[in-house]
Amino acid sequence: MPSLKALKNRIASVKSTKKITKAKQMVAAAKLRRAEEAAKAARPYTERMEAVLANLSASAKDNPNAPKLLRGTGQEKTHLMIVATADKGLCGAFNSSIVRLARERIVKLQSEGKTVKIVTVGRKGNDQLKRLYGDLIVWKTDFTQVRSIGFAQAQEIADKALDMFDAGEFDVATIFYGKFKSVVSQVPTAQQIIPAVAPEGATPPDLKGAVYEYEPEEADILKALLPRYAAVQVFRALLENVASEQAASMTAMDNATRNAGDMIDGLTLQYNRARQAQITKELIEIISGAEAL
Amino acid sequence: MNKLHFNLVSPEKELISEDVDMVEAPGVEGNFGVLPNHAPLMAVLAPGVVKVRNGGDERRIFVRGGFAEVTPLGLTILAEEAIPVADLSREMIAERIKWAEEDLADADATLETKMAAETTLARMKELQAAL
Repeated sequence: MPSLKALKNRIASVKSTKKITKAKQMVAAAKLRRAEEAAKAARPYTERMEAVLANLSASAKDNPNAPKLLRGTGQEKTHLMIVATADKGLCGAFNSSIVRLARERIVKLQSEGKTVKIVTVGRKGNDQLKRLYGDLIVWKTDFTQVRSIGFAQAQEIADKALDMFDAGEFDVATIFYGKFKSVVSQVPTAQQIIPAVAPEGATPPDLKGAVYEYEPEEADILKALLPRYAAVQVFRALLENVASEQAASMTAMDNATRNAGDMIDGLTLQYNRARQAQITKELIEIISGAEAL
Repeated sequence: MNKLHFNLVSPEKELISEDVDMVEAPGVEGNFGVLPNHAPLMAVLAPGVVKVRNGGDERRIFVRGGFAEVTPLGLTILAEEAIPVADLSREMIAERIKWAEEDLADADATLETKMAAETTLARMKELQAAL
C-alpha cells in the first residue's frame, strides 16, 4: 500500500498532466479551425484547375505527342514516394498510419522487383522511415521553420520532383498523406501525382455550343498547366495533412484528458480509503491504550 | 448594362469574385481585354498587370503568371501569385528583375525557359517604369 504522501504526489502529478493535455487539445482545436479554413480557401483554385485540366486532357489522351507528364514514361520501373507526415507527435496514430501505408506499398513494389525512392516531408515520417529504408530516402524536408504552410512550400516540393522526373530519375510519383474526412476520421491516402491523373468528376463548363479559343495552342497550354497541377495536388495534400494532424491531435488529447480524469478519480478513492484506514487504525490504538489502563 | 463576372483566385484563396465592366489581362501572346459575352477562351498569362474596370474606377493587380479561362459564366483567372499594384514596392520589382536576369544568364536553361525569362524581364521593366 503506497503511503498517503506518495498518493498525494501522484494525484498532483496526474492533475498537471491533465492540464497540459487539456491545453494541447484546445490549441489543436483552434489550429484545426484555421487549417480547415485554409483548405476551404484553397478549394476554388483547385476546382477550376481540375475542370480546365479535365477538359484539356480528354482531347490529349490519345495523342502520342501529349506531354510526358500526362502520358508517363511508358514504364513503371522506378517509383518515387513522397511521404507527408507531421513534424510533431502527440497526435495518436496519425503519423504511424501514414508510414504504415507507405511501408506496405514499398514492400509490395520491391517484391515486384521495382525500384523505390523515398522523399519525406515532415520530421516524424523521416524518423520512422530512416531506420528501415534510410538508403532509399533521396531527400527530405520539414516545416519546423515555417509558421503556416503556403503554396510556396508545395511548389518547392513539386519543382524538385519535376526536376527529377525530367532527369528520368523515376517513372511514377505518389504522395502519401492523411486525408481529412472528418474530425474523428482521417484516412491515410496514396495519390499518384506524376504522371498526372485526369481528375474524375470535374465537369467542364457548359459552353452553350461554342468552342474554346486557345492562346497559345492547346498543347502548349497543357504543357504550362501540368507542372502547376502537380504543385496544386501537393499543396492540397499538405493542407489536408495539416487539418488531419490537428484533428488527430485533438482526439488523442481528448482521450488523454479523459484518461487522466479517470485516473485522478481512482487515485482519489484510493487516497480517501487509505486516509480512513489510518484514522481507524489510530482510533483502535487510542482505545486499546485506554482499555489497558 | 451587361456585366462580366470576374473571379481572381490564387492557390491560397479567392481574391476577387464580382461583376465588372471589363478586364484586361497579360497573355503570353500579348495583352487582351475581356468584355461581357466574350467567346470561350483559354489563355496562359505571363507575369504582368491585370486591369479591372468597373464603373469609373480601375484596379490594377500584379499577377505572377497564371491562367485565364472565359466561359459563358464569366472570366476566371488562376494566378500563382496576385498582389495589388499599390502594394508593390520598387525593391520587389528590382528583385524580380534580378531573378529574371539570372534565369536568362543560366547556361543550362532551355530555349523555352530563356524565352519565359525574357518575357518576365520585359514585363517587369515596364512595370518598373510605370511605377
